[in-house]
Amino acid sequence: MKTIDRDYSKILYPTATVALALLAWDALTRFGATPAYALPAPSDVLRIFLTRWPVILSNAISTTVVVIIGYGLSVVVGASLAVMISSSRAFEKSIYPLLVGSQAIPKLALAPLFVVWFGFGLLPKVLMTFFISVFPIVVSTVQGIASVEPELEFLARSMGLGQYRTFRMIRLYRALPSIFAGLKVAIALAVVGAVVGEFVGSDEGLGILLLRAIAAVNTPLLFAGLIVLTVLAVILFGLIELSERIAIPWHVSQRSKSA
Amino acid sequence: MKAFDGPHVENFVDIRDVRKVYSRRQSSVEALARVSLQVRRGEFVSLLGPSGCGKSTLLMIIGGLVAPTAGEIHIEGTLVREAQTDLGIVFQEPVLLDWRTSIENVMIQVEARRLDRKVYLPRARQLLTSVGLEDFQDKYPFELSGGMRQRVSICRALVHRPRLLLMDEPFGALDALTRDQMNFDLQRMWMLDPITVLLVTHSISEAVFVSDRIVVMSPRPGTVDTIVEVDLPRPRGLDTQETPEFSRYVRDIKQRFAIHGVIRG
Ligand SMILES: Nc1ncnc2c1ncn2[C@@H]1O[C@H](COP(=O)(O)OP(=O)(O)OP(=O)(O)O)[C@@H](O)[C@H]1O
Ligand SMILES: [Mg+2]
Repeated sequence: MKTIDRDYSKILYPTATVALALLAWDALTRFGATPAYALPAPSDVLRIFLTRWPVILSNAISTTVVVIIGYGLSVVVGASLAVMISSSRAFEKSIYPLLVGSQAIPKLALAPLFVVWFGFGLLPKVLMTFFISVFPIVVSTVQGIASVEPELEFLARSMGLGQYRTFRMIRLYRALPSIFAGLKVAIALAVVGAVVGEFVGSDEGLGILLLRAIAAVNTPLLFAGLIVLTVLAVILFGLIELSERIAIPWHVSQRSKSA
Repeated sequence: MKAFDGPHVENFVDIRDVRKVYSRRQSSVEALARVSLQVRRGEFVSLLGPSGCGKSTLLMIIGGLVAPTAGEIHIEGTLVREAQTDLGIVFQEPVLLDWRTSIENVMIQVEARRLDRKVYLPRARQLLTSVGLEDFQDKYPFELSGGMRQRVSICRALVHRPRLLLMDEPFGALDALTRDQMNFDLQRMWMLDPITVLLVTHSISEAVFVSDRIVVMSPRPGTVDTIVEVDLPRPRGLDTQETPEFSRYVRDIKQRFAIHGVIRG
């Protein structure tokens, strides 16, 4: 019963906050406190949604595809890298410092380079998304796999488990909470990566919608784009959190208990 | 102690002149000076000593999990070179797997060894029942109390019928009441199936209560100071602790510690 209460309040509180913000926003515009080009009325934004929804939707789909492909690539490559780093000392020594060092590169500044290399189209956007979101996945997975206390290691050895089976039966599970923490950071970054990729080298997607809205001084459209982008990020984050709940209920319930 | 002279069949565990020095770059710590000790099959032996005297180290060396700097361990006449698998270990912390329920935590032992699930599942359930966890078999560790978790880890150490049970202060974190209960349960289980047990403990009365023999260790670097045979009838119960014999054992061991300056006053 208590958890249901909690779930309601989890939805109720943010909804109420958004409703209040909308009211304040509406009041601001209604009493002419702000010029319309800076802050359109909620009704104007709503009208944009109603009239331009096919454009908004197709751009949103385009961005979603980029995020999903780029993020998927991050998960696969990031997890594989992490497993290799964790299982081979040589690999750890040769790859990990480079990986950490690569974080010093201003990743957003790479976007134009990707366009030079790969032209317009899906590839540079996906690469941008991948590049920006892969690092937290690698780091959190490596840390997760490493976080096995000596006693657990002793236990594994006393049960006759070798390296591989220790990994499969113990380390992997042990790493899951940490991996999911990385996955959640990465999904938020992936959306940023996709939009940056679109800014620089694309002719579709929510990033482009935003740019066009700015060029046309169409602030309601700009707001509509931002809202869709936010909703997209929230939904994707929610999906990761949902899979976390399904994959590691033992950890999630422990966390909510201590919270 | 006498030097080793040929294999003794009755010596199930034979510890010969074991020394352990942990060395780091600059500093090194001598944990065990020179320990020799024989444990008979089916014997319940406690290792009792002040903190840092190398009890855990000795236990891990016996299990083949830590290599000694010098000396040898033989179990049933076979030299220990690598991790021993025919034993059960209870660590100071329960070290349960968070993602497995109590019964699954016990069964990991069976899965890891590729034993027959059908045969061992009933045994796992029966073990959990015998330590009062019948209704908690399908709970996750976070739903258990500290004492319950430790009881699960004891079942895990026993489910595969090991020849040898190593326990490193298994009840250290428990309150006195639960501790008494656990020691009582432990004794009962051991009397049903007397395997060889090595128990590390800080507690003098715990050692007297459960052991056939108590190995009193000197402060670091650890050596065997004296060995006390505990000649109290089993099963030992709450009333045993009230007997003058019990108190005499406790007092004698305290005096040994006083000599070494472990206890002052
Ligand atoms: N992995 C290690 N590396 C370096 N030194 C260690 C290590 N493990 C133990 N030691 C040192 O060896 C000594 C004995 O440690 P050990 O854990 O065996 O003691 P103990 O008798 O079990 O103590 P306690 O009763 O407090 O658990 C200590 O001085 C400790 O600092
Ligand atoms: Mg210890």
